[in-house]
Amino acid sequence: METILSIKNLDKKYGKVHAVNNLSFDIKKGEVYGILGPNGSGKSTTLGIILNVVNRTSGDFNWFDGKLSTHEALKKVGAIIERPNFYPYMSAVQNLQLICKIKGVSYDKIEEKLKVVNLFERRNSKFKTYSLGMKQRLAIASALLNDPEILILDEPTNGLDPQGIHEIRQIIKEIAKNGTTILLASHLLDEVEKVCSHVLIIRNGVKLYSGRVDEMTTSNGYFELESENNKELIKHLENHSSIGSIKEENGILIANLTSELSASEINQFLFNNNITLSHLVKRKPSLEQQFLDLTNNN
Amino acid sequence: MLRLLSIEFHKLKHNRASKALSIIYFALLTSIALIAAIKFDIGPIKFHLAEQGIFNFPYIWHFNTFIAAFLKFFLLLVIVSMMANEYSYKTLKQNLIDGLSKKEFILSKFYTVVVFALISTLFIFIVSLILGAIYSDFNEISIIFSDLKYLFAYFIKLIGFFSMGLFFGILIKRSAFAVGAIIVFFFLEFFSYLYLASKMSKEFADDIYQFLPFKSMWNLLDEPFTRLGAVKSVASQIGENFTKDYSVGLLNIIIVLFWTAVFIYASYFLLKKRDL
Repeated sequence: METILSIKNLDKKYGKVHAVNNLSFDIKKGEVYGILGPNGSGKSTTLGIILNVVNRTSGDFNWFDGKLSTHEALKKVGAIIERPNFYPYMSAVQNLQLICKIKGVSYDKIEEKLKVVNLFERRNSKFKTYSLGMKQRLAIASALLNDPEILILDEPTNGLDPQGIHEIRQIIKEIAKNGTTILLASHLLDEVEKVCSHVLIIRNGVKLYSGRVDEMTTSNGYFELESENNKELIKHLENHSSIGSIKEENGILIANLTSELSASEINQFLFNNNITLSHLVKRKPSLEQQFLDLTNNN
Repeated sequence: MLRLLSIEFHKLKHNRASKALSIIYFALLTSIALIAAIKFDIGPIKFHLAEQGIFNFPYIWHFNTFIAAFLKFFLLLVIVSMMANEYSYKTLKQNLIDGLSKKEFILSKFYTVVVFALISTLFIFIVSLILGAIYSDFNEISIIFSDLKYLFAYFIKLIGFFSMGLFFGILIKRSAFAVGAIIVFFFLEFFSYLYLASKMSKEFADDIYQFLPFKSMWNLLDEPFTRLGAVKSVASQIGENFTKDYSVGLLNIIIVLFWTAVFIYASYFLLKKRDL
């Protein structure tokens, strides 16, 4: 698969602060990537470096297999970083015209993209009269102007009200459906879980995990079980080869799996041992749990 | 180059303050012609400025460019704010993300400065040509088009001055403070020059300060008043004699061009080094 962006051993120091520490990852065409990390973990700095606004201390990055210089490559990229920045005295259309000039594309798409983000009615209002949600939507329109190969979004729903958040997410999902590669930085887990296929987790500038969202932990999941006689239940569970640690929470047993085991198999096994269950659920740890595990334990 | 100019003029075109200042500037340039209307008629003293020979070719080239050079401060505000605004609106960041390189960004500003200087020079050329045609005592083609070097000096002077404006705009990032810094910088140079001139000698101070930005720009177009016939005759009556070199020196042009290069490269260096 075609590599859109490749980062190798990227390093950035602000004085004593090591904002990005030996970071390496690749972005493949057509996937939706999430960069997760607590505030101040180096997400925005990393995006700043690949977008030519922050200077790296050491390391390398390549756009499109290094076929283009960074600023030429950026013409094929759509990016929104933190707050939307436009000329306040210009209208939406005038601002987008300027971006067309910079990217070297025609004005043809302006109308279409303004309609995509629901700003067509207000296209001739000055940018300074816009609400935050409208500004953010204009930013998305501007990022889509050139039908980019990759869309980079840094905290796109930050500071928006629930309705604004919903609108932006809908737009992102639409774009992802069309096969556009997306790189989404966020500290909001459900946001990443809902849209991304791949995830990169960083903390203090260090990469903790990168890979598919569903392969994030080696865990086989766990069972929640309950019966009339939990003591008897624990005894039998301990004898089963696939069950690891067991703990009890509010009368419900949590049994971690060491190897693959289906719910019906455990049900059959316990029934054969004369235990009937009143509660049985098989779960995979949520992204939130995995994220907290990763960021706390490392 | 045209792409970069069109980007920059798109930014200026829609900015009301910049548009107003530019229009005022060019209106003032044109209004130099109004000097012709200065007339005193107080009893026995009759004085008509236009008839004192200030509009004679080729003297008019020197006189008009010298006067017009004072108006450059209006345009300085436009130039400084077009740089500083990119910081305060954070649009510089957006421009870079959209695919403008840092070099292109500086070049787009510099080209704009050159275009402003070019239009100003053209304006002064036309205004002076018309004024001269009306009031000049000499109308031979060879005289009219002699001493055009003053126009060239004016052009270089504007480029040098505006490049300084760009540099301070990017250094300070705030229009008002940047203009303030330019003024402070001017007085620093001016007063230290006065101090040195009084402590040592004027010649000594001139020799050193001809290499500094403000003095070198000033030297490009020396004051034209003591060259005026009327002033000269008054001066010789009171026993004063001006022997001065009014020409545009090559060394001077080189010094100003050197400063222009320093300001532009320093701006580029700052932009390259900074994290946004």
